Order: sequence, then C-alpha cells, then structure tokens
Amino acid sequence: MTQATVSVSVPTRGSVLGLFQKYGVYIAIVLLLAYNLFFTPNFFAVDNFRTQFVQVVPVLIVALGMALVIGTEGIDLSVGAVMALAAAVIPLYVGYGLVPTLLIAILVGAVIGAVNGSMVAFIGVQPIVATLSVMVAGRGLALLVANEQLKSVTDPGVLSLGRDSVLGVPISVIIAAVLVGGVAILVNRTTFGKQLIAIGGSRRAAELSGLPVKRILLLVYVLCAALAAVAGVIGTARLGASVPSTLGNLIELSAITAVVVGGTPLSGGQVKVLGTLAGALLLQFISATLIKHNVPDAYSQIAQAIIILLAVYIQRGKARVK
Amino acid sequence: MDAPAASPANTDVPVLEARGVTKRFAGVTALSDVTFSVRPGESLALMGENGAGKSTLIKVLTGVYQPDDGELFLHGEVTSFARPLDAQKSGVSTIYQEVNLVPLMSVAQNIYLGREPRSRLGLIDFRRMYSDARALLNEYGIEVDVRRPLRTLALGVQQMVALARAVSINASVVIMDEPTSSLEAREVETLFRVIGLLRARGIAIIYVSHRMDEIYRVCETVTVLRDGHVVHVGSLHDLPRMELVSMMLGRSVEKVRRGGVTEFTDANESDAPPVLVADDLSRKHQIDGISLVIRPGEVVGLGGLLGSGRSETLKGLSGVMQLDRGSVSIDGKTVRSGSVPAAIRAGIVMLPEDRKSEGIVPNLSVRDNIVLAALPKLSRAGFTSKRKQDAVVDVFIKRLHIKVSSPDQIVSELSGGNQQKVMIARWLAMTPKVLLLDEPTRGIDVGAKAEVQSLIDELAHEGLAIVLVSSEVEEVVEGSARVIVLRDGSIETELRGDDVDEQSLLAALAGDSSAGAGAVTPGATTTANPDEFPTKADA
Repeated sequence: MTQATVSVSVPTRGSVLGLFQKYGVYIAIVLLLAYNLFFTPNFFAVDNFRTQFVQVVPVLIVALGMALVIGTEGIDLSVGAVMALAAAVIPLYVGYGLVPTLLIAILVGAVIGAVNGSMVAFIGVQPIVATLSVMVAGRGLALLVANEQLKSVTDPGVLSLGRDSVLGVPISVIIAAVLVGGVAILVNRTTFGKQLIAIGGSRRAAELSGLPVKRILLLVYVLCAALAAVAGVIGTARLGASVPSTLGNLIELSAITAVVVGGTPLSGGQVKVLGTLAGALLLQFISATLIKHNVPDAYSQIAQAIIILLAVYIQRGKARVK
Repeated sequence: MDAPAASPANTDVPVLEARGVTKRFAGVTALSDVTFSVRPGESLALMGENGAGKSTLIKVLTGVYQPDDGELFLHGEVTSFARPLDAQKSGVSTIYQEVNLVPLMSVAQNIYLGREPRSRLGLIDFRRMYSDARALLNEYGIEVDVRRPLRTLALGVQQMVALARAVSINASVVIMDEPTSSLEAREVETLFRVIGLLRARGIAIIYVSHRMDEIYRVCETVTVLRDGHVVHVGSLHDLPRMELVSMMLGRSVEKVRRGGVTEFTDANESDAPPVLVADDLSRKHQIDGISLVIRPGEVVGLGGLLGSGRSETLKGLSGVMQLDRGSVSIDGKTVRSGSVPAAIRAGIVMLPEDRKSEGIVPNLSVRDNIVLAALPKLSRAGFTSKRKQDAVVDVFIKRLHIKVSSPDQIVSELSGGNQQKVMIARWLAMTPKVLLLDEPTRGIDVGAKAEVQSLIDELAHEGLAIVLVSSEVEEVVEGSARVIVLRDGSIETELRGDDVDEQSLLAALAGDSSAGAGAVTPGATTTANPDEFPTKADA
C-alpha cells in the first residue's frame, strides 16, 4: 500500500471527540444502561424492556422515513399530521381487518407524501416550507375527516397490533424490526438508496450525471409519509382509539432528533439506519430513566433538546476536522 | 512592470489608487504587489482571464477584503476600508452584474434607501423623495414611474437605478462588473450614454467585461492582470486586440508555437461520417446560432475567451442548459433538448468545469462516484451488484491510474487530478460516443495534467469523439485537430489543419478583423517592448 499516505481518516486522530463522532450514540446508550443497572430498580426486567420497545416503535418508524428525507438534504415536518390523518381514516374502514386498514392508511400517507414531494421536487419549494404547510393543513384535514371527534376502535385485527405478541415479542416491535431491516437494505443495497444519498451529497452533480433527481425526491417523501402512516395505525391501535387531535403531536421533533443523534447529518449525503434505531432507543431510555426517577416530563423534553444540541455540535466538529 | 504609456486623464492626482497590494488566501497568492490607479473622468478597462485576480482586486478596492500588504489611496491620501460601507461612503461604488437592490420597494425608495428625505416631523417626505428621484433619473434620460416597485422594471432600467443611486451618493469612482451581461442592445446604448455623462462630471469608471467590442468603445485605458500580477498598464486605443488577448492569456505574440508543451500527439482530422451534428444552438444572452459537426475519433477544440459561450455550448449539447432553438443529433437521431438523461442515453456526456461543486459527490467513496451514472446498468432489479461494480471500478482505477488506497476511499481525500480521473471514469463507464470536456486539466498538478492529456489522445484514437474546452491556448492548439473559435456567443471562425496554431487562435479570440486567421504577420503586431509581459514559461 504505497498510497496509504493519501488516506486521512477522521477518527484516527485518536481524540475522544473522534470516537464520539463515530460511535457517540452507542456509547451514550451503554453509559445510560450502565447507570440504570446500578441506580434504577427493576430497569433490567424483561417487562420493562418490552414496554420500552413498544413505546419507541412509532418514533422509530417515523424516524426511518425522516432519515431518508434528511439524507437528501431535506426535512419532513408533516409526519405527525400524517399519523393523525391515518388515525382519522381508520374508523371509516373498521371491520375490514388489519391488512386493508393498514393499506388504506398507507395510501393516504402516500398521497400526502406525494404532495410534499411534488412541491419539493417539481416546484422547488424548500422542504421545510412545503412540509410545514402540509403539517398544518394535514392536521386540519384529519380533524375534518374525524368530524373533530375521538372514536374508539373496536376492530380486533387493528387492536391486535397494539396488544398481541408472537413468541413474547409484540407485533408492533416485529413490524418495526422488519422496517428497520427493509430501510437498511434500501439504503445500502439498492440503486434507489445510492441515488438518494448522492442527491443529498451533491444535487448538482447528481443532476449532471443524469440521475432522475426529481423522481427520487418525490419517492423519498412518499416513503417517509407512508412510514408515518404505519406509525399512525400502530399508535391508534395502542390507544384503542382514533385521536387525530393529538396523535403524533411533535413527533417530527423526536424523529429528527433520533436521526441526527444517530449520526445522519442534516446536510444530507448520508443515511445511518442503525444509528437512527440507536438514536430513537437512546431518546426512549432517557425519558424512561427520568420517569423512573420521578423527574417531571418537562425535564425530559429539556434533556432531549440538550442531546440534539450536543449531537449537532459533535457533527459540526466532524465537519471542521474534514 | 508599469508601462510608460501616458494616461489621457484630466488631472494628475488619481482618485483611487492601490500601491503594492498583495492578497493571499490560505497560501494562494491572489494578488501580488499590484499597483493600480484611476484618474477622475477616466474610464479604465480591468482585463484578465479566470483567476487573474480581477474580482479580488475589486473586492480590495471596495473594502470587502483587506489587503495583506500595500496601501490604498483616495484622492492622493492614504485610506483603508474596513468594510464595504466605508468604501461606499468614501465615494467608491460598485454596480454588480446582478442588481443588488430591494426588488419589492419602489424605485425612489431604492435610490434613497437609508438616507430618505425627512419632513419636519421626522417622517419620510415621500413627495420630495419622488420628485428628487424623478429629477435624478431624468438627468440620465431615464423616464420611469419612480413609485413602481423596482422588480417590475426591465433589468436594464434596474441597473440604471442602481447606477443613479451610486452616483447620487457622491460617488467619485464607479466599478462596473460585467454590467451588460444581461442587457438588451438598446439598454446597453443607454448605459454607455450614462457612462459618458458620468465621465464628463469627473467620475472615474472601472469597467470589467469580457466583451472586447464594448471595452474598446467605452474605455480609454486598460490594466491587464494575470496570475495576480499587473502585466500591462496603458492606453487602450493603440493596443491591438490580439496583443491584449495574448497578454491576458500570457502568450507573447513572438513566443507562440514552441510546441511540445503538452502531452498531446499530433491530432488528425477524421473523415468518418459525423457522430454528432448540432444545428443552430441558441439561447438568449448566451449563445447564438452555433452549429457543429463532430466525427468519431477527432478532438475538436472549442476556443474562446471567458464569456464567449464555450461552456454554454457544451451545456447546450449535453442537455444541462435548455435551448431556445436548435437541435442536436447523434448518428442522425435527434436528441431531446434540455434533458441530461436523454443526452446521456444518446451517448453525449460532459465533464463539468467546476469539478468540486458539479462533478464529484464529495462524501461518497471513489467506487460510488465512479458508478454514479452507470448504477442502473450495474444493478439487478434495482439491487446493486458489488461484483458488477467492482468489475467496472477496478478496470478504470487501473486504466486511468487513479491513486487510491482502496475503492472505498472517500473521493474528497483524493488530489484534484485523481478526482478528475474519477469523473472521467464515471463517464467512460457509460461507454459514450461524444465526450465533452470543460477545462479538464484546470486545477490539477502537472503530472496529472499530462496523464489526462494523453488519456484524451488515447480515447480519441479509440474512436471517441471529443470536444475540448480549455483556457490554455497550448492545450487547445496541441490537443485538437481543428478549433472552432467562439466570440460573444457565436462562431467567429474555424481553424483547420496548418491554421491550428497559437497565433491564429489568438487573432481569432481577439476578433481582430484586421488580423484574421493566418493573416497575421508577426511584425505587424509587435509591441514596443515584448518582454514587458512575461510568459508563463518565464515566470
């Protein structure tokens, strides 16, 4: 390897910062679990972990889609509204069973995603502006569809999504695991994934290389919203009721935090799927730890804010080292 | 290095002067010991090709940059501008190619922005502002409703408003950077008339433009920059165009045709049936009626100064730029215009000029960058195939001698030359028919440059049709079998066979009708002191 001198890899600088830049989220999870092992009674019970995983599922699924969008140097603020819309349409179709309900919710999500994607890809609206408007309009639409009412869901198929387990693993967790795997394959092993990352890395270069940039952007937003719709169905199933007024409120922020903490830069060009999973888990464990120590919920939100600042700061350091 | 030429200016004290100004950026010297002055009422052309230091000098003169060395003088007194506002207050105004005013505000508000006339109550006195604005614009023969939002006016008028604003802030020097690049012919006339009025009032004009005809019409003196040095100062009228161009490019008229500077072997014209036929390519303000025929196995040079439309022609051919008119066909089949994917499918690919922002995807690996365009071809049912990718990537890394520790190395860690080879590999992986190269050797080191040049040769021998754009005269001349010379967006002439030499190219670039291709005798264009400007070889 005569050319070895050409390579300047960032983490080999040997600093603690470098280590954190690469594995920060995993280190944080280990530290947090270690703390809980000693200071939180009953944290390491199977039941507790099952609860934690069940609770993280909606944020995780939304964050998967968000990671794709952020990978293209975009952002999607409308995911919470899409969850609400999915929740709002469920009572209209209850009685058809789980699969049709899921499909219809996904379809609704895909339509909203197509609206986002069209604005971003074809009209050139900034992602934050496009999805912000859809976020506001989407929740309004959800309330309209639901007639501003909270409706209980009785379809056993849908409810099983929130209640039942297979071999002790909740169905919603299985779905989330499958989606994590699917998105990981999409990002790392498909043409589509490689192209979306290239667009985030340099949109101009992607265009000049003849990539179907607009089509890919459109699809990314459709995927993100479809995933949010799945999260909406799971959230509704867990509550046993369609609550379009509050379901998914502020989930976009948790999802963005999970993605960024997981090492996907907001400047696009990279998607860390496992990192996103770890980021979502870290957020979940932090809030669980605080709750178990009877710290008010408000503090857990502040903790989230501090973590996102830290994550962005560490990433900024990474950019500078480059 | 100062020329002895006397400036035909009105007074002896320069209104704005720079002495020994040096400016470095991260080790790169953008301006080196530059001495420059402009006198009241003088109109001075500031000339130079890309990277000569023109814009850096302008930014030093207007307080955007602080010089690392040297001093500025205003009306003969030492001064320094800590920020652009200081320069503006001292009477140095700049008119940029893009109007930088507030588009939603009225014309009058724009002119008096930040210094609105006030009534006794301290409120803006709109009536006075409107009448003042009207009077001011009338002075220059511009009749507009000053209450209208600025953006509703034509671009040329907007520029006049910017000019009027600059002058009404007691400007003593107005710097114009490519002021006519987006103007209609009629608007250009108005601008020139206004420039005349300003000069009559003792205002100095520093005029930056790539349009030779304009320069010779508007300016009386010229300062030429090259590689951060002042290489010529003097009167413009006794300076033949060709000489001006050769100074800008660093090719002295006597020293042309030394040969053997580049890695190119003798390029031959091909007589195969054409692969690419472009007809009447046109786009407003950029290119006008460009027609080309390119045959397999030939390298065709596209000559022209900056702003002549050479890059735009490549962009038109490759679908990057939407054309107003004209057609491109490959092997007789018309290619859909304005679509990069369509052009690539037809076999036309372009290596963009700006490798960093338009070429590489910096955070991706060498492998991902090479396969970027060919990805769908190297996949099965949408899934990428590492085996297929490796086959392609390994071949090109070996063939183009790309120096990498592994294909997974991040591309931004490579040197410029190796990045350029990655870009070429990306296109070769598409097995193109026509390869458009925009400045393929810019910003890469000498060794890589030679490699890229011999690669171009090799590809042509293998039957690829290549169009080569380069600012380096010797690269175009030695690399191309024939050279199509563009000027102001149109084809000026085409050099073939023995006419492809530096002298003919320089003459054509200058658009010197008196000294057309081949008609130049060295004696006719000799300068008084030819060693006044060193060539690159001397420097």
